[in-house]
Amino acid sequence: MSNLSFKDLKTTMQSGYLPYLLAGAHVLIGTILVYLNQRSIIAFLVLLSSFFSLYRIKADMRYKLFIGAVLALIIIPVLGVRNIFYLEVIFQISVFSALALGLNIVVGFAGLLDLGYVAFYAVGAYLWAFFGSKQFYTLPYTPGSQPTDLPFLLPSDMFYLFIFLAVIVAAITGILLGLPVLRVRGDYLAIVTLGFGEVIRVLAANLDKPLNFTNGPQGITPIQRPPMPQSVVDGFNAIFGKLVGHQADVSALYNVMFYLMALGIIVIIIIVSRRLEDSKIGRAWAAVREDETAAIAMGIPLVKTKLSAFAAGASFAGAMGVLLAASRTFISPESFSFMQSIGVLAMVILGGQGSIPGAVLGAATITILNLQVLQGLSLYLSQLRQSDAVIPIINFAWKNLSSQLDPAQYQRMIFGLILVLMMVFRPEGILPAQRRIKKLASESAPNKE
Amino acid sequence: MKKYLKPINLMELLRPLGQLIVFSLGSAAVLSIIVLALAIVLNNTAAGDKIFAQLKVSLFAYTVANLPQVLVDGLTLGFVYAAIALGYTMVYGVLEFINFAHSEIFAIGAFVGVEILIALQNAGLIGSGSSLFMDYVFLILAMLAGMAVAGGAAIAMERIAYRPLRNAPRLVPLISAIGVSFFLQDAIRLTESLTTGQFNRIFPTFGNFDKRITFGKIPMGAAELPFSVPIKSFIVIIAAVLMLVVLNYLVNATKVGKAIRAVAQDRATASLMGIDVNHIIAITFLIGGALGGAAGLLYALKFTRIDPYVGFYPGLKAFTAAVLGGIGNLTGALLGGIILGLLETFAGSYLSIFTMGAAGVEYKDIFAFAILILVLIFRPNGLLGENVTEKV
Repeated sequence: MSNLSFKDLKTTMQSGYLPYLLAGAHVLIGTILVYLNQRSIIAFLVLLSSFFSLYRIKADMRYKLFIGAVLALIIIPVLGVRNIFYLEVIFQISVFSALALGLNIVVGFAGLLDLGYVAFYAVGAYLWAFFGSKQFYTLPYTPGSQPTDLPFLLPSDMFYLFIFLAVIVAAITGILLGLPVLRVRGDYLAIVTLGFGEVIRVLAANLDKPLNFTNGPQGITPIQRPPMPQSVVDGFNAIFGKLVGHQADVSALYNVMFYLMALGIIVIIIIVSRRLEDSKIGRAWAAVREDETAAIAMGIPLVKTKLSAFAAGASFAGAMGVLLAASRTFISPESFSFMQSIGVLAMVILGGQGSIPGAVLGAATITILNLQVLQGLSLYLSQLRQSDAVIPIINFAWKNLSSQLDPAQYQRMIFGLILVLMMVFRPEGILPAQRRIKKLASESAPNKE
Repeated sequence: MKKYLKPINLMELLRPLGQLIVFSLGSAAVLSIIVLALAIVLNNTAAGDKIFAQLKVSLFAYTVANLPQVLVDGLTLGFVYAAIALGYTMVYGVLEFINFAHSEIFAIGAFVGVEILIALQNAGLIGSGSSLFMDYVFLILAMLAGMAVAGGAAIAMERIAYRPLRNAPRLVPLISAIGVSFFLQDAIRLTESLTTGQFNRIFPTFGNFDKRITFGKIPMGAAELPFSVPIKSFIVIIAAVLMLVVLNYLVNATKVGKAIRAVAQDRATASLMGIDVNHIIAITFLIGGALGGAAGLLYALKFTRIDPYVGFYPGLKAFTAAVLGGIGNLTGALLGGIILGLLETFAGSYLSIFTMGAAGVEYKDIFAFAILILVLIFRPNGLLGENVTEKV
């Protein structure tokens, strides 16, 4: 027994039919746990981590894709409708995964530090928020004074068109911003993009005069969602009604729909990223990232290469923005703060710059940390505060604990810690990109200048 | 002991003073001319009519009457920015890296100073009945304490988060610095919340800092506009000028300053000449941090209210000021700070009137970014920066 090392265990687990069984069992256990528990972080983590074990096992690609599709397209929606709380978490994870994947193109592939990434997200969101709501007719009114019986500007199925429009508009915004600033060196670019992100947020908060474009800090509401035919609701209830345990209503199915759309966008981004990474332009990005001067010497058009990365990253954020606006039916400048940009950056850094599974893992980890762990802790602490419990040794009553100690309020601290610790101890991230592993292995000798 | 008693280099003491005066007067004059020209142009348009309908004066007269107040406010702000910008520019000069967390060093200085003053007020040492002399002594002590803690925090930050990354690719320490910045914001908030139960602090009212010295009245149409400057503006300006002069002397006329300049120029060679590079970098952070901390307390004195996120905008603007003047260049940071402070105050005071309320003071925070982008496009080396080619 003693010579059975961890490595041996790993090889046994990765050979023959065992991995198929293990991954299948993982999915099954996760499903059952979530089905039985109404609001358990651990059960949910078991289910979500089965994606990861699917990704890591040595198995036929078709098997992986099939199980993954069943998990993502059937199991999670059904469990989600059964308990809407899980659906919300998984939707947020999808949204942030898509954003992290988009930022990954800019930061990871091309090595451009973009600190204002959510600005493009905001562009997409405000695009649909303006055209998909009554905002056009409230232009002449100051916020709060508009009549209540205004019509919607566009029919709600224009939503699908606007996803594509947002891709184009966000890409154009990215190019317009990039053209002047991409000539500057990397660290200046970071500050300029930060500034751009703040400019967009301040504009969104203040463009309620002279014409009321954005309704100011109150934000725009209601924003239309794409139509949902009653037959879909009935169909879902007929097939899954027994499993769910109650009749699903339209709003629950809307959540499922937006989750599936986010998933679709993620799949598109992953395919595009994969194809781009090893294309001519992907290699140009890598060259620019590693050494700008050498890249220029090799005849790579610097500004054009950087612009394309900027535009590609921006366009995905734009599409997600439209999705966010429709799914929330409400947006305000608050959602597009600098902290959000840093949050997405932390996801990319945590997972590994340039690594596609890394970006998804980073997004899932940080979203769960934010939505579940921190809020769970806050809840737990506030329960403790109301109880008569006392910390044994130091004899400190929980009741006296300051109500300011609310972990959910300290996201910045978490983001900051992640960034510093990752940079100091593991700059390549949890799931490093293949190319980066090669590079870091050859770079063990200290750099000159 | 004799080597410490070198004759004071008077030239180095006077030169920055001269520069400050020239920069202040120069930028003030240029900006005033621009604003007055704009006022003349807009005088006969709808914007002018609107002012006339409200106040019964022409837009031009209104602009002129408000100008002295705007200039004084702008200069006060500009000196605060200059003091913060020096921290950015020194670190950049030595390490070629943007110390993003400098804005939190600024906030730490502000919080330490304000907390000490609040404690003194609660102890009854300052506030009603205390002598004016002691008020000033305590203000200076609070500022020194803020400088010490901020400088210490800057050294710790360098040791923990930046030194391990010194040979890493360029963006790695920058990302680490952003992380430090975010961490410190919430660390300040946590400390404040747990010790005082709240994280918004108010600069205590004591001494005669809020009293205004009236210099006279400026006629504006039929009415008269009093022109008065609060004493705290003088304190801010004098303290900032003193710090800038001392720093300039330190860097340009002492042995430590020579070592700092040597490390900035070429780290490897400086090390071969017997300079302890790590030590000098730590000293650079100490000086930059202390200046930032002092600027924090000056900011708190001027704007009264502080919160853990107070450093963000001043930090960004000071960085813009450093880039505007030419990053790595101490004189440039002064010039950039003064210009930016004036510009921002001008924008805050006149933008709303000139655009008839369409865009007003709410845009003053993003004004700096517009300038930053313009500078980077048209003159990336800044106003006073030399043309340096990037080392490969």
